[in-house]
Amino acid sequence: MSMPQAISRPRARINNFVARFANVNGTGSASANFLFAKAIFRMGIPVTPKNIFPSNIQGLPTWYEVRVSEKGYLGRREGIDLLVAVNAQSMKQDIESVRKGGYLVYDSTKKLSPDLIREDIHYLGIPMMELANENFSNPRQRQLFKNIIYVGALSVLLQIEFEVLENLLKEQFAGKEKLIAPNITAIKLGMDYVREHFDYPLDFYLERRDLVRDKIMVDGNTACGLGAVYGGATVMAWYPITPSTSVAEAYEKFASQYRLDHQTGKHHYAVVQAEDELAAMGMVIGANWNGARALTATSGPGVSLMNEFIGLAYFAEVPAVLIDVQRAGPSTGMPTRTQQSDITLAAYASHGDTKHPLVFPASPEECFRMTADCFDLADRLQTPVILMTDLDLGMNDHMSEPFQWDENRKYDRGKVLNKEELEDMGRYGRYLDTEGDGIPYRTYPGTHPSKGAFTTRGTSRDEYAVYTEDSAAYKRNMERLQTKWETAKKIVPAPSLYQESNQSEIGMLFFGTSTYSSEEAKDILEEKEIQLDAIRIKAFPFGTETEAFIRSHKLVFIIEQNRDGQLRSLIINEMQMNPKKLVSVLNYDGMPITADNIALQISDYLKQKNAVPHDLSETLI
Amino acid sequence: MTYLKPLFRHPKLPKNKLGYTLKEYEGTISTLCAGCGHDSISATIVQACFELSIEPHLVAKISGIGCSSKTPAYFLGNSHGFNSVHGRMPSVATGANLANKNMVYFGVSGDGDTASIGMGQFVHVIRKNLNMVYIVMNNGCYGLTKGQDSATADVGSASKSGHINPFQPVDLASLAVELGATFVAQSFSGDKQQLVPLIKAAIQHKGLAFINVMSPCVTFNNNPGSTKSYDYVREHMQATGTLDFVPEREAIKAEYAAGTDTAVSLHDGTVMRLHKLAPEWNPEDRLSAVNAMQQARAKNEILTGLLYINTEFGDLHDILNTSDGAFNTLGEKALCPGEEQLQAINASLR
Repeated sequence: MSMPQAISRPRARINNFVARFANVNGTGSASANFLFAKAIFRMGIPVTPKNIFPSNIQGLPTWYEVRVSEKGYLGRREGIDLLVAVNAQSMKQDIESVRKGGYLVYDSTKKLSPDLIREDIHYLGIPMMELANENFSNPRQRQLFKNIIYVGALSVLLQIEFEVLENLLKEQFAGKEKLIAPNITAIKLGMDYVREHFDYPLDFYLERRDLVRDKIMVDGNTACGLGAVYGGATVMAWYPITPSTSVAEAYEKFASQYRLDHQTGKHHYAVVQAEDELAAMGMVIGANWNGARALTATSGPGVSLMNEFIGLAYFAEVPAVLIDVQRAGPSTGMPTRTQQSDITLAAYASHGDTKHPLVFPASPEECFRMTADCFDLADRLQTPVILMTDLDLGMNDHMSEPFQWDENRKYDRGKVLNKEELEDMGRYGRYLDTEGDGIPYRTYPGTHPSKGAFTTRGTSRDEYAVYTEDSAAYKRNMERLQTKWETAKKIVPAPSLYQESNQSEIGMLFFGTSTYSSEEAKDILEEKEIQLDAIRIKAFPFGTETEAFIRSHKLVFIIEQNRDGQLRSLIINEMQMNPKKLVSVLNYDGMPITADNIALQISDYLKQKNAVPHDLSETLI
Repeated sequence: MTYLKPLFRHPKLPKNKLGYTLKEYEGTISTLCAGCGHDSISATIVQACFELSIEPHLVAKISGIGCSSKTPAYFLGNSHGFNSVHGRMPSVATGANLANKNMVYFGVSGDGDTASIGMGQFVHVIRKNLNMVYIVMNNGCYGLTKGQDSATADVGSASKSGHINPFQPVDLASLAVELGATFVAQSFSGDKQQLVPLIKAAIQHKGLAFINVMSPCVTFNNNPGSTKSYDYVREHMQATGTLDFVPEREAIKAEYAAGTDTAVSLHDGTVMRLHKLAPEWNPEDRLSAVNAMQQARAKNEILTGLLYINTEFGDLHDILNTSDGAFNTLGEKALCPGEEQLQAINASLR
């Protein structure tokens, strides 16, 4: 960088700010806002956009928040540096949300009412509607280009490269070239207005970097849908529910491109929109029972409905893959807000003694890879496996490692007997544990003319799948399922440890979308000289690494996005951990947890007297 | 307790085209009450599959919960069964069928399983025209929980305890026609002669074949005053006609009076020959079928036989344009788009 130091102002911050757009739902703001975020990404700068949207199609307020972080932090950050306010409904609240010294970009076509004036922020009025009306005749275009005008204005204020915007528009409108020119015009209207009326850039702005490398920008639901195609799923049964709907849509989109029979053009896949979530899960179980790989995607209310079927699949030992894109509960809750609040529901779904492997992705790359892996896991364990993602990961674009696939990878269908194997064996026992791992051998219907047929059932049965009410046989079966659970601990994804050996007597534990903010919080605390060890859980049941981590720390902060500390309960319940050493760090307002929040909760806790218990003899450091 | 049937086989038992005797189509001994209508239906399924020379292992039997849903264990012992959860047989059958289109699917359900808890799935599997035989063993009561009224019990029908049902019944066959089912039949568990050809036709029909079979509960609903007792059903049955299921190329042996015959061609080229007793009713016309059923109902009669058939409609696989083989035989080559495609997808996301 040969730029002379004198050009940048003393307080300038480069590639480090939060911009928020306040729009009206259904006014075409999404594509303009995405253009802004994608342009930053294209300039090689880490960026995280988040949609904060209502359960509504048109008319209610919606926000788009873009965090830019030179350091690559991808979680939400508190404090809005720049707010683009184009929604009269939420204007007052929006203006209040700007941090002291921050900027408000607003449509000055209409004069701002005096009660909206704050002394401690900067106002940048741009007559967006007026400019749009003067330059475009079609009313819908006027509305749409008003949004593009503010992107043009921001490109000067924040130094977005014009060529980047131009290229993005060309890509977006490939095939509809007529639309490129008016979009460019709108960008330039915004740019020119800023150049003529304001000082620029602002005291925070963008500078091209090479920090993005080969990363991609995509939402988790698209990645899950693609992962299901790569993982070999042929049946997708689903019922529309926010925020999971786009998983099924993505599956269908990719399958319709890559899953056609070359000769006939017919489909090597089936997507069925079921009548409800119960039926969706029933279809998934039926298809898996008959040897196909099948999945469903839903959210908490759907998982509630699927409980009975999940119990059937657990007990009858039928593989199934369920993607739970969690949203804020209970009941209908806040359908368009995020939470990690289905943990206990999913872990123990259904009546009787049941438990299910859960997998926790944190990025789109993991959504892709872990969805594909869930099919292997479900087949190997012959049980439902639930991928626990959430609205934040599923519906927002995230900067992510690229997708990868090993060309030589074979699907692991687990223990399945073919015709020859059935022929060569003695009496087939569907529920015989011949290898001591609790996992018996399956065979698909239709495999052998006279051997291997049995009735799959949710009622008790003996090792040969014959109905029985014999207590001893029932107990043997329940105990074998427990053996299988122990096997699951060894094959579900292992956690990530952030240190080779313990550096502190205090640890932090997190999972899923709490990961980004937790990692950042760890750094914030380190700056304050609070050293913490960290572990990220990637699956339930917990394995030995997780147990060792908790046992070897005197205090462990468990960071999660629900009210009740659900993962903490699971840890106490499954590993008999002393609750005194497990401290919840929670956020459950429906917004993604922030690093500042986590760091504050932890540092406040540690300020207490005797925060770290000394009477826990199991602690080894 | 495990019931096993004797292995002894009479050396002269007749064999079908596959060289199988009836024995190859039987299941374990029933644990239902002696004289249960459901067992007669199981026997007709055995007979129909035997006569059609169906490979037993290429049949899947899927059921819900209840007395009726236990029966898959009692027929076709060489077929896989799935005794699933209450009222949800249709969704499990849908998934199973999607996984492998090249098998015969029997969905076995009861009046509680279908007309109450499973009403939603019944409706939607009909809409999807899933290629399966959907049999309801209809006894108007909940046998396994000791005889409570079900949703198909007629108004005024008396249970064994003397309770008079005050609610309107669900007429499953009429409803099925209304919902667009492509094959709707009604029969009586005691009428094997009518039921065997109906089941054979249902198996050959490509699409959802619904058969509502009156199957009296000998223990809880066979009392005077019940409209689902053996005596009542026998007295109030009105057969719409006789049905011969005749595979193509074979001479049609039955002789019917001119003007009362209907020949229906099925997808696989087989022809069904229907001899109608009521000349004004046309089983390929939905309005005519609905009319005949409503008239019978007004007269407190149970119309039996093949009530409606439509061979024009594609099944769920046709609608979804699925490939010809079974999904469960497809490997990585057909299913996984591969690393090169993935790199192209990555590039599109930068």
